[in-house]
Amino acid sequence: MEATGNALDVNGVWKYFGDFPALNNVSFHVAPGSVVALLGRNGAGKTTLLRILAGLSQPSQGTVKVHGAEARKEVTRRRIGVLGHSISIYDELSAHENLLMFGRLYGIKQPAKRADEMLEKVGLGRVRDGLAREFSRGMRQRLAVARAFLHDPELLLLDEPFTSLDDKAIAVLQSMLAEMRQRGRTIVMSTHQLREAMELSTHIAFLQRGQIAYAGERQQEMLDDAGWLYRTYGDI
Amino acid sequence: MLQTYLSQVWTIFSKDLRAELRTKEALNASLAFSVVILLLLSFAFEASEQSTSISGGLLWLAYSFAGALALNRSFARELQNDCLDALIASPAPSSALFLGKALANYALLLVVELIALGVFIIFYDAHLSGNFLPLFGVMLLATWAMVVIGTLFSALTVNLHMRELMLPVLVYPLLIPALMAAMLLTSTLLSGEAITGDNWIWVRVLVAFDIVFTALGVVFIDTVLVG
Amino acid sequence: MRDYFLYGFAAIAAMLLTWNLHHIFIDLPPVIQNVGAYKIVYMHVSIILASFIGFFVSLAASSIYLATGNLKYDAFAAGVTEVAVVYATAGLALGSLWGRFAWGIWWTWDARLTSMLICWLMYLGYLMLRQAIPEPTERARLCAVLSIFGGVGVTFVYKSIEWYRTQHPAPVLSFRQGAGGMGPGLETPIYWNLLALLFLGTAMIMVRMRQEQVSREIDALRRIAHSHAA
Repeated sequence: MEATGNALDVNGVWKYFGDFPALNNVSFHVAPGSVVALLGRNGAGKTTLLRILAGLSQPSQGTVKVHGAEARKEVTRRRIGVLGHSISIYDELSAHENLLMFGRLYGIKQPAKRADEMLEKVGLGRVRDGLAREFSRGMRQRLAVARAFLHDPELLLLDEPFTSLDDKAIAVLQSMLAEMRQRGRTIVMSTHQLREAMELSTHIAFLQRGQIAYAGERQQEMLDDAGWLYRTYGDI
Repeated sequence: MLQTYLSQVWTIFSKDLRAELRTKEALNASLAFSVVILLLLSFAFEASEQSTSISGGLLWLAYSFAGALALNRSFARELQNDCLDALIASPAPSSALFLGKALANYALLLVVELIALGVFIIFYDAHLSGNFLPLFGVMLLATWAMVVIGTLFSALTVNLHMRELMLPVLVYPLLIPALMAAMLLTSTLLSGEAITGDNWIWVRVLVAFDIVFTALGVVFIDTVLVG
Repeated sequence: MRDYFLYGFAAIAAMLLTWNLHHIFIDLPPVIQNVGAYKIVYMHVSIILASFIGFFVSLAASSIYLATGNLKYDAFAAGVTEVAVVYATAGLALGSLWGRFAWGIWWTWDARLTSMLICWLMYLGYLMLRQAIPEPTERARLCAVLSIFGGVGVTFVYKSIEWYRTQHPAPVLSFRQGAGGMGPGLETPIYWNLLALLFLGTAMIMVRMRQEQVSREIDALRRIAHSHAA
């Protein structure tokens, strides 16, 4: 991938745990509007990398820039949406209160109105005032999706989003992702589902033991045979 | 800019307070615990003329134990659904998270302390003799000291296995200067005297402690939270 | 090369201590002010001073670690704190002994002893924290913050307890009182002991730092092995 006026610029990122390099000189660039599938085995460093992109962790070396600004800066964090493994909503607050709180933190104008809009979109409009702890698992997942998309982020970071979602939540997430793609937003998604990854994505970043084994466009061979990538570029 | 910051602090503060008031877990536990401690102490030290000199010590002993209970939950509550990550990833600076949480803990602890004070007065037949306002002033200063250290160390120990054990071990030694000042001032006030020339140094100790450790907390909270 | 320094420091410490202790036990009068065991003070004061120096050096090293991210500074801070805690323990024990001989009590809640005990507890917390965090970088980061808070805390503890109680002998060292409180020639052995303790401490810290380095290497190798096995 060449460097352009990019949505995401990762340059020479190293992440050490003690003396162990979990990320080893990772560099790649993501043009706006791309959908990047971040692939790799467990322990390859996908989550570590995503945490750094989300501003949850600092790289030991190297830089990460989102639309030209550093990842940890406030203005950047306002433009990033994160959906991780876990739900990240408050059980003791209602659905509406949860979204209202995050809306205020993100500086959204008219947060109450936006919260209600998102609740309708994910199908939770009728339980707006119900406490999150009373929801079913699927409902809480949908609330988490609403939270991630609440502030209309330009860059979406998703860590294995489709695992542990129920059907309704998957449908909601897919429709919101499709809408994001239509509007030219950028998506970086780590996943184990090779099939979906190949179908949805425009670009692939393949991590192996902390190093980039492949970073580029999704090739036709990958679409035809999902395992091709691992066989060709696997095992550095 | 300042307004955004303050609004973020307020958002965290009201979120914590609202969540706590819904469940009242920490509130009830702290309150119950402080009453139990006061009860136990009243068996150990009978209410008498001599006891006014240690009354400050007894009261702040109860306050600090009850406080540890409440403060432990501060950042631990965020672990439940991994909300801490969502907060750190948000545009709110770590110091806003810190101050918001600290203020919520502060409000909670002050309520517990006021109620416990009432219980204390009953158990020990203590007399405020018009010293309530100065006493409240001491409570404001010393409780902030507890809260500032407790909230920061709650963040520091949040991911540890032995979190509940480590927090008191780390917090209490550091708090001793502030607790000691509070105990001395409280004993003086509860025995009916005003705070005179000699004792003003303890007020200064409290103020200095509050300022220094609030500054340190605000400076280092980001290092503690972002790995 | 490094080993030469290590053995060198240890040797200097041993020589200084031997010479100084000889001087203390042979050359100085057996009794002063009716206290026969007053010679304890020569080790007690030095070791306490060394311990305090250690706490502040730990604060400095921790700050440098946070600024640079170089784990060597974390290893140094850990070593210094451990040595300081050991010295503090010995200092408390010696102080307790002195109290037994001079006043007939094993312990008293006077300003110095109480302050030292509280600082000892704080840094014991640091050592506990080090054990509680398995991952080296996170451990370094959190312990560095604790060390900084501890260093500031030491100052508060020391000053406020001093204002609170005083049974302990008042400051006698000349830099605290202006004039020589102990008498000529009687004060310098304290400083020689301090110097010896600093050399000894440095040698111990160097050993400790190598331990930390090896432990980090093993940890990294283990992680690499796991990542290949996965």
